[in-house]
Amino acid sequence: MPFNTLKLFIIILFSCLLMACIGGESKVTTGNRDGILHLGNGTEPQGLDPHVVTGVPESRILRALFEGLVVKNPYTLELEPGVAQRWETSEDGLVLTFYINPAARWSNGDPVTAHDYVWSWQRAMNPAMGNLYAYMLFPVVNAEAYTTGKLEDPNDLGVKALDDLTLQVTLNEPTPYFLQLMDHYSTYAVHRPTIEKFGKATDRFTKWTRAKNIVSNGPFNLSEWLLNRRISVKKSETYWDADKVKLNGLVFYPTENIVSEERMFRAGQLHLTNDTPLEKIPVYQAMENTPFMQAPYLGTYYYMLNTQRAPMDDVRVRKALSMAVDREKLTRTVMQGLVFPAYAITPPGTLGYQPPKLFDYDVEKAKALLAEAGYPNGEGWPGLELMYNTSESHRKIAVAIQQMWKDALNIDVTLANQEWKVYLDALTQMEYQVARRGWIGDYVDPNNFLDMFLTGGGNNKTGYADPLYDELILTKAPQAKSKQERFALFYEAETMLMEEMPIIPIYTYSTKRLVDPAVKGLPSNLMDSFNFKYVWLQAENTTKEGE
Amino acid sequence: MLRFILLRLLQAIPVILVVITVTFFLVRAAPGGPFDSDKAVMPEVKAALEAQYRLDLPMSQQYFAYLGDLAKGDFGPSFKYPGRDVNELISAGLPVTAELGAYALLVALILGGLAGIMAALKPNTAQDYIPMSFAMVGICMPTFLLGPLLVLVFGIYLEWLPVAGWGDIPGDKILPSLTLGAAYAAYIARLGRAGMLEVMSQDYIRTARAKGLPEWQIVVKHALRGGMIPVVAFLGPAFAGLLAGSFVVETIFQIPGLGRFYVQAAFNRDYTMILGTTVFLSTLIILFNLLADILAAWMNPRLRAQLGESK
Amino acid sequence: MTSIENTGNDNPVPNNKISDIAMAEQGTSLWKDAWARLKKNRMALFGLAVLVLFSLIALLTPWIAPYGYEQQNLDLGATPPSAQHWLGTDIFGRDLMTLIMYGGRISLAVGFVATAVALLIGVTYGALAGYVGGRTDAAMMRLVDILYALPFMIFIILLMVVFGRNLLLLFLAIGMVEWLTMARIMRSQVQALRQQEFVEAAVSLGLGPVAIIRKHLVPNALGPIIVYTTLTIPGVMLLEAFLSFLGLGIQPPQTSWGLLISYGAETMEEFPWLLIFPGLALALTLFSLNFLGDGLRDALDVRSSKD
Repeated sequence: MPFNTLKLFIIILFSCLLMACIGGESKVTTGNRDGILHLGNGTEPQGLDPHVVTGVPESRILRALFEGLVVKNPYTLELEPGVAQRWETSEDGLVLTFYINPAARWSNGDPVTAHDYVWSWQRAMNPAMGNLYAYMLFPVVNAEAYTTGKLEDPNDLGVKALDDLTLQVTLNEPTPYFLQLMDHYSTYAVHRPTIEKFGKATDRFTKWTRAKNIVSNGPFNLSEWLLNRRISVKKSETYWDADKVKLNGLVFYPTENIVSEERMFRAGQLHLTNDTPLEKIPVYQAMENTPFMQAPYLGTYYYMLNTQRAPMDDVRVRKALSMAVDREKLTRTVMQGLVFPAYAITPPGTLGYQPPKLFDYDVEKAKALLAEAGYPNGEGWPGLELMYNTSESHRKIAVAIQQMWKDALNIDVTLANQEWKVYLDALTQMEYQVARRGWIGDYVDPNNFLDMFLTGGGNNKTGYADPLYDELILTKAPQAKSKQERFALFYEAETMLMEEMPIIPIYTYSTKRLVDPAVKGLPSNLMDSFNFKYVWLQAENTTKEGE
Repeated sequence: MLRFILLRLLQAIPVILVVITVTFFLVRAAPGGPFDSDKAVMPEVKAALEAQYRLDLPMSQQYFAYLGDLAKGDFGPSFKYPGRDVNELISAGLPVTAELGAYALLVALILGGLAGIMAALKPNTAQDYIPMSFAMVGICMPTFLLGPLLVLVFGIYLEWLPVAGWGDIPGDKILPSLTLGAAYAAYIARLGRAGMLEVMSQDYIRTARAKGLPEWQIVVKHALRGGMIPVVAFLGPAFAGLLAGSFVVETIFQIPGLGRFYVQAAFNRDYTMILGTTVFLSTLIILFNLLADILAAWMNPRLRAQLGESK
Repeated sequence: MTSIENTGNDNPVPNNKISDIAMAEQGTSLWKDAWARLKKNRMALFGLAVLVLFSLIALLTPWIAPYGYEQQNLDLGATPPSAQHWLGTDIFGRDLMTLIMYGGRISLAVGFVATAVALLIGVTYGALAGYVGGRTDAAMMRLVDILYALPFMIFIILLMVVFGRNLLLLFLAIGMVEWLTMARIMRSQVQALRQQEFVEAAVSLGLGPVAIIRKHLVPNALGPIIVYTTLTIPGVMLLEAFLSFLGLGIQPPQTSWGLLISYGAETMEEFPWLLIFPGLALALTLFSLNFLGDGLRDALDVRSSKD
């Protein structure tokens, strides 16, 4: 028996080898021919219900399958018509009216109506839904009260269908960034009959999102969903703007391991990657016609300081630590010059807003501050633990900063690499001294970064509390008459924040991915927001595929 | 024999029950819950989520409700992947991991078995040292190193084989099977050599030699059975251990197997998924240990004789 | 039933064991003889020498390492071997030779401590289960089944959280997992040996079970145990790397060979020396262990000396 198996095995092995060598046309080559884009998508999505999931990989697939009332132009991030043909904002900024495109269709042919939105938003905000992104719609009248269970009747929500094609949304106060949110999946409409066919509206466990069941309204339809393997979407015939859609389909791969992902790209199995291993970047950068693409990303990497624990309860210590971090050197060496030093929480250039820069890398000043706080040249330093969650880049940064603090201030800092959930738990319980954190904006507005540090805010977790700050963010900024005035208020608030230094900003994120030269119409932008509608594939004659 | 098997299967029930109970409370004791996420979760939303998963009930009620579902063959819904239940996740991942494991074991048995036998036939010669050195390299070459190495050589430089995937591109199953099999091959070679050496010095082999039988016949007909007993004893737990052990290979090659689910479930605090895979794994371990014991009995001439008598 | 429970038997039992009683009675001469035989085995001596050397280096590292292990030079970055840095530097500009020396301390310690824990528990437990037999044996082996099946990762996470981070605890935790297979192997050996004449002779001489296990069963089962031990040590070192990589093991800037190799594997195309040198250190240790293990096994095997 074993010898027969052996023979069989050898035969199989060789035939596979032969097949692989002869039929070795890469996915990129076939994809270019058939108009199918193969992309690394980071991880297997939790699901495809827009009101259940959170996360970037999910959002990318949802963007292909669904379309919001408004979409962002991938080049300029300016808003352009999606499901809504046009929209109006009342003079006081409180009432938004969306006029839905009569040609908008669900993938089963049903028209998309204003009623779909009313029902969908009621579902998204329904407390029973357990939607983590329910707060995205909180600018809407009564939304917060409904989600928190203080209000029973969903019809009291500030979202109404005036007729089949007219949707009216009433807001609590003028919210300049609200229109942007219409491009976020948590505000997408879902198809009521489909959801109800498979269970209760608020049931998280139904199978309505499966390949054969799902009905969506975007430029592509789900055709195949193989768990942990791939998700394929095909061009939709019913999409109102189908003429403009150039791709015939997309295949998303859950590429969890970025080193493997890079190899898949090199072997022609992917058109574009989700990320790039840092060490590989110089190699790609040195290439002619490099496939490496890098762009600023709306996010800040920072260290949180627990201001309720010694020695971090002393603002001088916090400032000393922050000033002793050589961000220029860190970003240049460890991060390969791909990210930008950050000196405040808001990334620079968010819609023209420039954050304050109150300090610089300054060892002498840092030493003086530490001495003032009672630790001259690190004497009497009680020790400090720097916590980060398991990841290669967090490790590298922590190791480098640990040494910077040692060199500059002569203080000992221990590193604590924690498993993700342990790390989250420690943050929630405030059981940490210094902890790594990153924040990626959901929408382009300073508010998205600054409202984290409201007193007792769920994402604050530093113990920072200042009623004046709260007032600036919650009351004064929304009432600002102009963008300039609003930004000035934000600037004032952020200055207050950075004076107290409950966080040590480290760098502004950037996206770094490998893109095959055949991929066109996929510009980098601050939100890393893809609009697959505009993407096409055009292999150049000189490509090296098919060798 | 039948009585023995039945008895062992009966013993399995309390074992699995203990495993379930300990795991059930262990996972809930671990810090962090399934709904903790990067962004703060509103208390009301969290409460709603917990209600959907019965986490709002007292622990004992949760426990008995889970046992009740389990008795009906329902592992419950996954926390991490809403809309999928654990049964579905396991049945999606199992065939892949089982196939990968089977190929890997085949590779391991062929490579490791041959190396072990070769080494044992001429101990302390080149025929011993060379395959055994390879086995040592195999043992200290972790999969996270061997996998990328094979990929670089065969996938990137030679462009013979795909670098990742499973059942996606022809030939993509070869490298992962080799990678996973190599470590086991090394163990089998070592254990097989030791076992064969013991057997080759036995009286009955000497008798066979005295009869003038050719060496290969002695090996195949007489020595192999006894000599491979340690290998078989190792294979039982090893095959079950593949489930957890294939995690690294599955990650490197982007394979949609159960190993990834098993490890990630722990990190996601996907309570039902951890329990489901653990129950499944413990059943497998018990079955394979039993199978290994039965096989070893069949291979051991002395014990077989005893069994024959007791019939 | 008991006779069939026997079937985990690994090795057909050597013959003429009766003579071993005499050998065991004068235990010192057994070890003396073994040492004499070992001395003749060049490969084993080489293995022993390398291990002693590496252990010495590990012990003396804080005094003899060329650089401090946390001493970085970010602007230097990863450089190939040079006069200043004999084995090159890593991406932080740290001296690789220093890292390997410090890493050896952790790796050797975890390898030996965890394996010792596994040996101690596994051999005792397995020998007891195999010797006592019957229901006790069945119950003990089912406990092993249970421990096999529990989710190891969660167990480690809990240990780390409840008791905090502690190197010794990590070693113990790994040892606690590794003893299971050891127990299975030991048990099957003992079961086979128990029915041999020399054990029965010892029983009739009035020796207690502990004495029998210690003097007769354990020494006679040493062969497979030694082989399995040499397999366990690398397994343990790699398990430590895996756990540390996931954030459940040692903390940076501390390092180990396993960790250095796993980081090196990620950049093997760009900075191959980061993989090759730690890999060589680990491989050399394992080869030495293996030669020593084989040598020890042969030296302790009474039969082979007579053949």
